Amino acid sequence: MTDLPIRLGAKKESSTFLEKVKQILPEGGNLNSCLTCGACSSGCPATGLENMDPRKFLRMAALGMDEEIQKTKWVWMCTMCQRCIYVCPMQINIPQLVYNARALWPREQRPKGILGSCDMALRNESRSAMGTSPEDFQFTVEDVLAEYQEAQPEFAGMEAPIDKEGAEFFLNQNSREPVTEPDEMLPLWKILHLAGADWTYGSKGWGGENYCLFLADDDAWKQITSTTAKQADDLGCKTYLNTE
Amino acid sequence: MTFSVLAGLKKFNIPHKFVVKNIYEYYAKWIREGKLKVNSDWNKDLKVKFTVQDPCQIVRKTYGDPIAEDLRFVVKSVVGEENFIDMQPNRSNNYCCGGGGGFLQSGYKEQRLAYGRLKDAQIQATGADYCIAGCHNCHAQIHELSEHYGKGYGVVHLWTLICLSLGILGPNERAYLHDDLKEVNVFHPETEM
Repeated sequence: MTDLPIRLGAKKESSTFLEKVKQILPEGGNLNSCLTCGACSSGCPATGLENMDPRKFLRMAALGMDEEIQKTKWVWMCTMCQRCIYVCPMQINIPQLVYNARALWPREQRPKGILGSCDMALRNESRSAMGTSPEDFQFTVEDVLAEYQEAQPEFAGMEAPIDKEGAEFFLNQNSREPVTEPDEMLPLWKILHLAGADWTYGSKGWGGENYCLFLADDDAWKQITSTTAKQADDLGCKTYLNTE
Repeated sequence: MTFSVLAGLKKFNIPHKFVVKNIYEYYAKWIREGKLKVNSDWNKDLKVKFTVQDPCQIVRKTYGDPIAEDLRFVVKSVVGEENFIDMQPNRSNNYCCGGGGGFLQSGYKEQRLAYGRLKDAQIQATGADYCIAGCHNCHAQIHELSEHYGKGYGVVHLWTLICLSLGILGPNERAYLHDDLKEVNVFHPETEM
């Protein structure tokens, strides 16, 4: 009649997934400090998906249930929004536990959409998740700018520079605009123009999105951030300005 | 992007000389300094109601409540204080919409819409005609939530409304405005494509 007892701590404590993550996080991510209060789960929109929630995920890791941790698709449904940390009395870094659990998946088995967007960004130095080349980006920007300078003569003097040395702001651009809805770039340019902002895009690292972070691919994430940081520094821009 | 750049610079010790900022802070600064002469007169009689999503990456994960205040200052300046309705909870305590973290590209659509039910309920409770989403992932997700759950509220970028209030929003820059605002304060209406 009795079920087989659940075996906990089957692995040596030091080799569990939780312990490994603790070693790479400042303060060990407070991963051993859970009071099981459930504030994280009660305010998490991902609670219930895949029969999982943040507290349960952390408890499973604490109990050394590494096989289940490695298998659950829930790690791709937690957006790592950090609301659980915000409401946690012990500031436990559950999102980093999720990030590292994503990294346990063989790269080619991670969700295709995220994988594809990360790989696109690695194709050229735009670092655009849509794979747009620096030349295509430059063409679109110049084309749309010229069209609007004519259509809206009040903005005939407006600029949308690429690689302007010494500009104050290095601005990035989500690829969705230049690729699928270029007219949407105009409101932002006009605002910058009226404010008298001295800004520039970079021919390298202009892409304003980073799916390699979501893919939990550290090397690729580093490559993307390095490209854009180097370009901003090479141009001598004092401020790296994000629109999102 | 704000988060991925800042977190990446730190995590990988990438050398750099610049500071990383978000544009909401500058929108607010430029309005306060009088460089962007926005006003909400266009909405005095229309009374179109707006709420705003706090993007997790920018608010909770990076700059906290101060930038959420800047965001609200900008929104109220352009749509009118009486036409802004905050969702609950808000600022750093707001809920993620479900568009972030790669969820939009992950292929788990059914679960993503289930995740977003909470966000849709928050927005519906405000009764707003539009939700302002200053982040592309939020924008795409909330747009889909509006259609999926049937309320049909609009989802707009902040730059669209800033330009609308400045009277410089052309006819072809209104893809995310509904019919109620297609004809309002149009800049160079003759250029409509």
